[in-house]
Amino acid sequence: MTLHATRIVGCALAVGLLSGPALAQSPAQTEHLTVVGAGGVLQDAERAVFFRPFADASKVQLTEDSYSGQMAKVRAMVDTGSVSWDVLQVEQNSLLSGCEEGLFEKIDWTAVGDRKEFIDEAYSECGVGAFVWSMVMTYDRSRIADGPKSWADFWNVQRWPGKRGLRQTAKMTLEIALLADGVPRGEVYKLLATPAGVDRAFASLDRLKPDILWWTSGAEPIERLASGDVVMSAAFNGRVTAANQSGRTFALAWNGQVLGVDYWAIPKGAKNRATAERFIAFASRPEVQARFPSHIAYGVTNRKANLGIDPALAADLPTNPANFALAVPLDTAFWADHGEALEARFANWRSR
Amino acid sequence: MTRMASTTETMAGTSALAPPSLSSRAKARMVSVLLIAPLVLFLTLVFVLPLGGMLFHAVENGEVGGALPGVAAEMRGWTGEGLPPEAAYAALARDLKAAYGEPRLGEASRRLNYERAGYRALLAKTARAVRAIDRPQAGWTAELTAIDARWGEPATWAALRRASPSLTPYYLLTALDLRMDDGGAILRAPAEERIYIDTLGRTLWIGFVTTLLCLVLGFPLAHALVSLPRGFASVLMVCVLLPFWTSLLVRTSAWIVVLQKEGVLNGLLTRLGIVDAPLELVFNRFGLYVAMVHILLPFMILPILSVMKGISPSYMRASASLGAHPAVGFLKVYLPMTLPGVGAGCLMTFIIGVGYYITPSLVGGARDQMTSYFIAYYANTTINWGLSSALGAILLACIMLLYATVGRLIGVGRIAGIQ
Repeated sequence: MTLHATRIVGCALAVGLLSGPALAQSPAQTEHLTVVGAGGVLQDAERAVFFRPFADASKVQLTEDSYSGQMAKVRAMVDTGSVSWDVLQVEQNSLLSGCEEGLFEKIDWTAVGDRKEFIDEAYSECGVGAFVWSMVMTYDRSRIADGPKSWADFWNVQRWPGKRGLRQTAKMTLEIALLADGVPRGEVYKLLATPAGVDRAFASLDRLKPDILWWTSGAEPIERLASGDVVMSAAFNGRVTAANQSGRTFALAWNGQVLGVDYWAIPKGAKNRATAERFIAFASRPEVQARFPSHIAYGVTNRKANLGIDPALAADLPTNPANFALAVPLDTAFWADHGEALEARFANWRSR
Repeated sequence: MTRMASTTETMAGTSALAPPSLSSRAKARMVSVLLIAPLVLFLTLVFVLPLGGMLFHAVENGEVGGALPGVAAEMRGWTGEGLPPEAAYAALARDLKAAYGEPRLGEASRRLNYERAGYRALLAKTARAVRAIDRPQAGWTAELTAIDARWGEPATWAALRRASPSLTPYYLLTALDLRMDDGGAILRAPAEERIYIDTLGRTLWIGFVTTLLCLVLGFPLAHALVSLPRGFASVLMVCVLLPFWTSLLVRTSAWIVVLQKEGVLNGLLTRLGIVDAPLELVFNRFGLYVAMVHILLPFMILPILSVMKGISPSYMRASASLGAHPAVGFLKVYLPMTLPGVGAGCLMTFIIGVGYYITPSLVGGARDQMTSYFIAYYANTTINWGLSSALGAILLACIMLLYATVGRLIGVGRIAGIQ
């Protein structure tokens, strides 16, 4: 036993000694890049459209990782100076606060492309808009023929009885609650910044509370809609279209969609910063972005990319002009200021 | 004289004999110290230091002092009544110019935003605006108030004053649903914002009920394990330990499959005609208890089992031969001897149980979330490490208090199984 173990250790040491110098040489020859996405079907799409083509075109050895959007890991990497990620897909509010607190490198926009080609929301000091997603109302057309058209209809349990799915966060849910209460799209955040507006949003949620089934992961609303556990739900539009492509007949009601942008960002002190910048520039090209919606139905940030998208596909995108006109763009600065207080109140309200 | 001489002689004799025994004892002590040194080092590195760091995070408050040192110093000298003097406004403007665009300003903004929602945007806006002003015409008080009217409100300055010292009670107070008002008095938070005390109470209650259920199920099972024939007992033992070796996530998800609306159990009950409509068995407190008891049961059984194994069956025979009814014998003879195991099992189950958050978030409902859920939420998602640490410190204090109480009642040595 001991002899055996000794032999194994000896072999391992020998292998380590032999391969050590070889490994040490390799970084000088090939460029490395570690990109981090959110996992799942989204990362599958990113791999097909951005990661592999970039790695093939520029001979970069690309490694993937995924995370669930938690900034604690980035914070720990930056604080301890051991940054192993080079490019990161981040949500708007994480980008905003992370940028202020020095978690991300500043973006050199001249290297990315012409700022005027991008939608306004795509620009950030520390990030470049990667794609546009939306929190949209959906229901199963095979169960409801004449479905809800607005969030006010979503609140109408007399006409459409049954459970409703909403995401278990104050962010986006409070906006939806105000829209359902008849607040015009342009005034949602103005109102939500006042105590009276917050009370109004919670009062609106109170009315629907017994009929709400909360969800946390993006797959849940689709599963529950399919199983009939909910009759209608707020869901990420990309998931809905993906379900429809595999045979479901879920309707997308774009009125009052809450629109968000995810970004590419470079953690402060990333080891392969130059390669990371080249990757971001690559992923921002219109001809590259135009291929993205055929893999997952999220909108593009480069306006020129819209021209290259199949019109049948474009109709189901949040950035399609007809749908875009009905959207409430997520106000990240608002959530950076009020997020923590409102989420705590939301958790308290939910547990009562 | 002779006596003294003899004493000296004895002493000399002893000292002549002593060196080898002393040095061998010292050597033995040295060896034992060296043997436990890695353990002490390990405990210090992975337990004492992180724990101390966590406790410190709960009161640490260097953000504002680091980014805005001038105005923080002004705040220390200010009474806190009304509005601060011009010097404070000037110091703020100077600090904002110096810190503009730097990460430390972002950290200070985050900290101040805890005190007063909207502070983050206020600082960003003011920092941008003061850069354009080289020489204020009407003094900084007027300039800053012109940039944003909030600089003319006492509440804005009271928040800055509260956030300026290098240590703060803010996180601990928040974790106890308390607030410090602008005058420095401690008040309860508004009813719709009270959340952590309820959660803490719920956490301790869930831990208590889970421990009780584990004890009720675990005690007879442990007894069965020592009294059954060896073959049967070892099969039973494997059944107890099997969930112990399975991943926590797998076990928890398995319960969702079994208990959900269209799950295995409901399917069986409806098919047998026992219930008409499927029961709500999961995503509520019931489901949570089932999953938690399942996971924690081995922590109860194993300590009780180890104590029971050491109890000779002759004690019970002796009590029976002295005429005691088996129930009396059990209560007066057997049960007291198992108490150290019961105490250790209960304490272990409770302490591990109150730290759960993955299981409640998977199989519990909105009313079943425990303190650890918020600790994880603030640590990972919002990076509010101060509040996360404060909640952790309070949970730790509750457990220490319980440990001290139980230790006083049963004796720490008996819990640890030393006595």
